[in-house]
Amino acid sequence: MQWVSHDVLIIGAGLAGMRAALELPAHLDVGVLSKVHPVRSHSGAAQGGINAALREEDSWEDHAFDTVKGSDYLGDQDAIETMCKEAPSDIRQMEQWGVIFSRADDQRIAQRPFGGAGYPRTCYAADRTGHALLHAMYERVLKRNTTVYSEWFLTSVIVEEGQCVGITALNMSTGELFGCRAKAVIMATGGYGRVYLTSSNGLVNTGDGMAAAYRAGAPLMDMEFVQFHPTTLKSNGVLITEGSRGEGGTLINARGDRFMSTYAPNALELASRDVVSRAEQTEINEGRGVDGCVLLDLRHLGRDKIMERLPQIRDLAIKFAGTDPIEVPIPVRPGAHYSMGGIQSNLDGITPVPGLYAAGECSCVSVHGANRLGGNSLLETIVFGRRTGAAAGQFVLDRAMPNPGNHHLDEQHHKIAALMDTNEGDRAGALRQELGTIMNQSVGVFRTQDNLTEAVAQAEVIHTRAQKLWVMDKSRVFNTDLTEALEFQSIVDLARTIAAGALAREECRGAHFREDHPGRDDDNWMKHTIANHSEAGPVLTDHPVTFTRFEPQERTY
Amino acid sequence: MRIEIQIQRFDPDNGQEPTYESFRLEVPRHITVLDAIIQIKDEQDGSVTFRRSCRSAICGSCAMRINGRSGLACDTLVVDELDRFGEIKVQPLAHMPVLRDLAVDMTPFWNRIESVKPWVEREEGTEPEWPVEKETLMPQSFVDELDDVSRCIMCMACFSACEIAEVDDDFLGPAALAKAYRMVADPRDCETGERLSKLNEHGGYWDCTRCNQCVEACPKDVKPMEAIVSLRREAINSGLTDTVGSRHITEFLNIVRQEGRLNEGRMPLKMKMSQPMELLKIMPMAMKMLAKGKLPMPIHPPIPRVREVRRIMDAKGKGESK
Repeated sequence: MQWVSHDVLIIGAGLAGMRAALELPAHLDVGVLSKVHPVRSHSGAAQGGINAALREEDSWEDHAFDTVKGSDYLGDQDAIETMCKEAPSDIRQMEQWGVIFSRADDQRIAQRPFGGAGYPRTCYAADRTGHALLHAMYERVLKRNTTVYSEWFLTSVIVEEGQCVGITALNMSTGELFGCRAKAVIMATGGYGRVYLTSSNGLVNTGDGMAAAYRAGAPLMDMEFVQFHPTTLKSNGVLITEGSRGEGGTLINARGDRFMSTYAPNALELASRDVVSRAEQTEINEGRGVDGCVLLDLRHLGRDKIMERLPQIRDLAIKFAGTDPIEVPIPVRPGAHYSMGGIQSNLDGITPVPGLYAAGECSCVSVHGANRLGGNSLLETIVFGRRTGAAAGQFVLDRAMPNPGNHHLDEQHHKIAALMDTNEGDRAGALRQELGTIMNQSVGVFRTQDNLTEAVAQAEVIHTRAQKLWVMDKSRVFNTDLTEALEFQSIVDLARTIAAGALAREECRGAHFREDHPGRDDDNWMKHTIANHSEAGPVLTDHPVTFTRFEPQERTY
Repeated sequence: MRIEIQIQRFDPDNGQEPTYESFRLEVPRHITVLDAIIQIKDEQDGSVTFRRSCRSAICGSCAMRINGRSGLACDTLVVDELDRFGEIKVQPLAHMPVLRDLAVDMTPFWNRIESVKPWVEREEGTEPEWPVEKETLMPQSFVDELDDVSRCIMCMACFSACEIAEVDDDFLGPAALAKAYRMVADPRDCETGERLSKLNEHGGYWDCTRCNQCVEACPKDVKPMEAIVSLRREAINSGLTDTVGSRHITEFLNIVRQEGRLNEGRMPLKMKMSQPMELLKIMPMAMKMLAKGKLPMPIHPPIPRVREVRRIMDAKGKGESK
């Protein structure tokens, strides 16, 4: 039996995971485990920017208000205040660590307008902000000389007597299973966009960490809140940054009308993402779309501005949509983009399971509530990555190294052997298409009780089928057919929590829109949804929302 | 449309040499090589092994050789390859051991990246502690200068395409040197001198032959070779002139100034002047070349109107110093 030990083990090497690693004191033995090399992490795909009230004429309170309003008052206001208060320092620290931000005329970090924000407070590095942050963060991790288990696949979270004591993982390059004992485990595995058929997310975004924590007893919170980004490409869901609208891009329908004036007369294209996505979907559903899309028009920005501020976007549009935005508008449509929900955690990353921490998109603090503002996800990874690292570092100080039993590894051996020994059943890829289609159609931008009831039932059937998948690849080395099967088991567990939460929540709030229950219902639903794992499926309860200074108001843009 | 893709297969456990396997599939016209390979894995053979994630040319996972050229599979259209080559053959990247099928062992690449200390090193005590009150001021023009090298996604396509990496295991390769330049050029970094002198050694920026393969392979237009040239310029400007490479540049200019044109007979003498033993080593070759009429005579008069050449060089020099 193979075991390694670390004081703190971090799962996931995107921005949140690496930021947590950097916050842990040098005398602690820290390991970072990731199923992809750190710079392949999906944080790097974030384009538009990261929010902070850096300027004297802006304030963290305004940032907090915009975030609370964006969250449709479901965000926990203590966490939001903390994030917005600490944002300026975290951005400046990243700059001091080597990130090359775009600059304003006065040589300070440049900021652009973003959706749902009352001030241009989104800092950026052209249209590849996540990439700039991720690479600088990785460089910093190299400097710190941290142990990185690159291309190790998390297979389970070990909880004994209610405490998290380690994990099991598959070393992909050898096919061997390992256990890792840890005094604390930080989950930083990102989102689950691949639950949906079309998503802006990378193919690795299958929510493994969220699902493993959930199976081990950690509650998931607010899973029904899935952000659909208003501007993704039709062919493959690739993201076109909100920065393109921040820089002045407009949305038009088949008639050439700038339709956002009907839905958000003041903020127009820079209304919050849920509002813009619903507006687009309405235009498309009512026959004013163009081939299932609306058009993002950048032509009036002119060649120079497009080349300087949005060069990557132009490349993507040319490559994947066959359109050069300098000359023609880009066809776009809403696509699954971000998981507001995740492992229930507080503003120090502490989850209800002692020893288990969570940060970044896989967590639900909750700073995004029912809808996340653009530019707040990168910010969340860094603020809460740092805070979680600090909290875990404190927690392990007077804690002995746990000694989980070998049976945890045995269980995983058996599970994998069972998958490898079968030559029948569903292929993970085909089942993923089937489930993804259901999620797109029934748990998408617009939802109804009938559709959701059907989705819950179908997801349950697919869950049963997913326990016996056919892994064609029988080899030991770098078996991605096996890991895709394991990933699909995560996907289906999460899909069930999303659909169950969406069916239960009989109101419209943020990204969750029930056609059969119009309007926000603060009397009954101003609360977080909690999903706990059981053999029969998710068991739902709720949890109160924390208020500080912002009273719920009607939300218009 | 119906296409055929040949994929190089390799599994270390079956003891066989790499072989091509052919797959036929029906695909939409506007499909990338990556999506076609994913379709093969989903529908035909789950054991086809490759890395992939973002599908939008930012994560760098899916670099491979497509019809012999290193690049991202998510960034390459099937129709373009068919138009140009009439077939689609995919292989793993070169210069790294193959782990399985199209996945290579990336260790040789990452070791090179790590060896250039790819982080901004601050003067001791100048890096502010949290909470950080202010950022470094920096004009946008500076950001623009670093724009090319900041685009690198570490996909390894340049390293796979590099002709020196083919013959010299010590060469750091395009990506690592481009990253080194990104640090050298960063005003916040305090180790410019140390970096330049370390990379002045064997395996560093002088070992590039400027074949331009890295520039052509790079999917993000990083232009690593130009970063290497910039490193050389920085090195010479900082006084690191005692190398064959830097003497090649300075003596090239000196000879042109003196004679109005390059004197290929004198160049080797000038370059190896401070290393008499090296000079002796090349002598037999020089004699043979001389005998066959392949070596121009090292002594000849300047071209007529050599002063005009000097005036051009002076004017250019002044222009640059502005």
